[in-house]
Amino acid sequence: MSFADFISLGPLITLFTAVVISMLLIAIRRNHRITYAFSLLAYLMALTAIIPAMLYIPHAVPPLLVVDEFSLFNTGLVLTSGFIILLLSYNYFQEREERKEEYYLLLPLATTGALVLVVSRHFMSLFLGLEILSISLYGLIAYLRARERSDEAGIKYLILAALSSAFLLFGMALVYAFTGHMDFPGIGAALRQAGYIPVTVLAGFGMMLIGIGFKLGVVPFHMWAPDIYEGAPLPVSAFIATISKGGMLVVLIRFYVDIHGNDYSMIWWMLAIVAVASMFVGNWLALTQQNIKRILAYSSIAHMGYILVAFLSGVQTGLEAISFYLVAYFITSIGAFGVLIVMSSSVQDAETLDDYRGMFWRYPWVATVFTAMLLSLAGIPLTAGFIGKFYIVMAGVNGHMWFLLFMLVINSVIGLYYYIRIIAMMFKTPATGEVTYIKPSLPVAGNITLMLLTLVLIGLGVYPTAMMQLIQQMMKMIV
Amino acid sequence: MILLLLIIIPLAGALLSWIAASRNALWSRYIALACLLIDLAITGQIWATHEASGGRWLYQYKVDWVPHFGISLNLAMDGLSLLMLVLTFFLGALAVLISWKEINQRVGFFHFNLLFVLAGITGVFLTMDLFLFYFFWEMMLIPMYFLIGIWGHENREYAANKFFLFTQAGGLLMLLAILALYFIHGANTGVYTYDYFSLLHTPMQQETARWLMLGFLIAFLVKLPAVPFHTWLPDAHTEAPTAGSVILAGLLLKTGAYGILRLVLPLFPEASVYFAPWIMFLGVLGIIYGGMLAYAQTDLKRLIAYTSVSHMGFVLVGAFSFNALAYEGVVMQMIAHGISTGALFIIAGALYERIHTRNILEMGGLWSRMPVMGSAAMIFVMASLGLPGLGNFVAEFLILLGSWQANRWITVFAAIGLVVATAYSLRIMQKVFFGPGNQQYAPADLNKRELVIIVALVMAILLLGLHPQPVLNTSQKTDYVVR
Repeated sequence: MSFADFISLGPLITLFTAVVISMLLIAIRRNHRITYAFSLLAYLMALTAIIPAMLYIPHAVPPLLVVDEFSLFNTGLVLTSGFIILLLSYNYFQEREERKEEYYLLLPLATTGALVLVVSRHFMSLFLGLEILSISLYGLIAYLRARERSDEAGIKYLILAALSSAFLLFGMALVYAFTGHMDFPGIGAALRQAGYIPVTVLAGFGMMLIGIGFKLGVVPFHMWAPDIYEGAPLPVSAFIATISKGGMLVVLIRFYVDIHGNDYSMIWWMLAIVAVASMFVGNWLALTQQNIKRILAYSSIAHMGYILVAFLSGVQTGLEAISFYLVAYFITSIGAFGVLIVMSSSVQDAETLDDYRGMFWRYPWVATVFTAMLLSLAGIPLTAGFIGKFYIVMAGVNGHMWFLLFMLVINSVIGLYYYIRIIAMMFKTPATGEVTYIKPSLPVAGNITLMLLTLVLIGLGVYPTAMMQLIQQMMKMIV
Repeated sequence: MILLLLIIIPLAGALLSWIAASRNALWSRYIALACLLIDLAITGQIWATHEASGGRWLYQYKVDWVPHFGISLNLAMDGLSLLMLVLTFFLGALAVLISWKEINQRVGFFHFNLLFVLAGITGVFLTMDLFLFYFFWEMMLIPMYFLIGIWGHENREYAANKFFLFTQAGGLLMLLAILALYFIHGANTGVYTYDYFSLLHTPMQQETARWLMLGFLIAFLVKLPAVPFHTWLPDAHTEAPTAGSVILAGLLLKTGAYGILRLVLPLFPEASVYFAPWIMFLGVLGIIYGGMLAYAQTDLKRLIAYTSVSHMGFVLVGAFSFNALAYEGVVMQMIAHGISTGALFIIAGALYERIHTRNILEMGGLWSRMPVMGSAAMIFVMASLGLPGLGNFVAEFLILLGSWQANRWITVFAAIGLVVATAYSLRIMQKVFFGPGNQQYAPADLNKRELVIIVALVMAILLLGLHPQPVLNTSQKTDYVVR
């Protein structure tokens, strides 16, 4: 391993080393505060490690990994999100679980898995990253053992993730059998040489789609999402909604670009059907939910559908749009879950719609933050979500995806309905009589984090230019 | 720069009045009122002096916003924008005044939303960048949603949701059309921009232009509203608080009309001519159907709401007649309708405050108890049915005159609408102020604050009717599409 390799993979190595050290720390002395502080430090160091890595880009670590602007950008995104989720976690776990320290092993470990996905350009590293991510998640989802739904969620995820990994592996094997390559550019070249996609490879892609689709939570591989969002601890749900999906999406983009997926209409159609189904199923099922965690789960299914529309547009703008949308979606989702976290009491999660009745009149600031997040999810101006949706629609128009765009428009309106339903609930007059609301914990760190997230959200909505330029430049490099 | 100021003042006022309310609710009202009066003064000043400047565009202001996409903060004012802005700030200030006693809860947040909506409307009337247009178009939705949903009457949530979903659906279609226009222009000329003036002369095939035009048109038809997209309107207007109804009827509907005049006709002249007969037909349908529905209502606010559907039909007929007379009529109608319907909603609100019902069957004989309000109502009812000497007459007369040259049959049926208008308007007077009295009510007449509001509105509608020339002159400082 050369020096350049070492520096380029700095963020990954830093975080991974930190996991080992903090395991030793726990062995020496169990202390929630110390472990927490150390993990925060680890994330910060990993983030700083991006700066020297920028000197060497683009840098390939053959045959498995590649570090270019795109992967560094997403590394930064994943690490920042992880950092924010960690910030929001302390209070939540402090109040709930007697053994909290291991959480700070699993979360960075899962983040490491996502980081591997972000830099991978090979089936092997893809699978490695995926498994590191999944296996850590098994533990994370079931972390609050005392809760009734947490075991169910953990086991459900375990079985389904294992099953989908098996499909993914089988698919990879089929692709390898025909092309003789496991690195993405190699597969692309082999397919281009052949000039068509043979049935074995197509079957392979289909099976891989099951594995990838499961992680992304797109229809028809979405069944797990609501149950797991509901059963997992809130910070973990935030993690699954953002980092886990984001990492997978990045690797999918890379794969699709490297194999020139747009040239093959079969792949396009498979993804188009998945996209439309995700939008409709996600939004329809969200309409009647009473539990905000489940609403967020279904809404994130729909959002993956929107992202796929940009993906399928087959133009440069589409990839830019995805990156921008991902940033907006990360901020928004973490913000939304963050609100749920700060509004939860030490015994109970604030998750039903009724918990939020009249919240604006009791906790105006938190309600404002939540409103901003929901409006961003709905794509209303002055928020990053608006620019993101605008970007996606723009990509779609550019690629003449009229049918997909109409589906997106219809779904935006459906989606709007359940977002404003939550907002309306917060602005209702509080119920009179003997109603006891959950007494929210409202930790200071959590509140400050949410405030900052809101500022970034509005900042991106009002002045998106800097971020757009960064993304545009980065995307020129990979295509 | 002054144009940007017009938007920033209400925005800043929105935040300030929200913050001030936590100290003292009264401050919040004064701040809101002051902001709108300042804006009114600025626009009034411009109106008083604009004759001197020769060109159609009185002011322009442009800075890059997202140069990556060709989006700029591009504001400009011509005669049409100027008139609309004067109307906006005039009605806005009145909306603050009428809420003085009606809104007692969450005063700060109320004024925040009120000013925010007005800032959005101001933006729509000023922007010359299509992205920005969409931006402001959506920006005015949320605060309006809150205005209806929080301070409205019994069925407010249903009404607010319906309003939101209808306008949002229309807006998204417009977004698709805007983007398509952007890319077509970019592909044909190599310049990717949302600038209105550049997009005006986009070369494209007729068929494409027709589709794009429909995208824009639907958004505006929903907002206007035209039959069959009008069903959100009676609910929203009825359930909104008085200030909300005034802003909805007086201003929000006008953004739809403004969009047709500013975007649909100039951007797609040929396509507009192609669809003109159909759209004029929709207009006439709205005039007659809206009038008939209005006649059948028993809820006073709902009745007034349906008269809006009827009056806005005239706007549609006039706008697609493609001649100068009709355009002047349309602009006049937008202003006169804003004032007369706004006034009727204010009267309905004042009545509701006193007798707590909107059902006109329970009213009657109120004239003897409140002659001042009765005479005020009489004036605006007469305006609404198009009595000469009041603003609406000038407007509808000009529209009919113009549309006669374009399409005679349409004009004939539109004129029948005036008869329907007489029927429903007189019914208001008959049921509310005349006839057998209901003795259980003993309402007080207008107080000083209300008197100020009503007198201002009466003056405005009389001026429009007796001396419409200044408005017509100003409205001529606009590039209309004349065939």
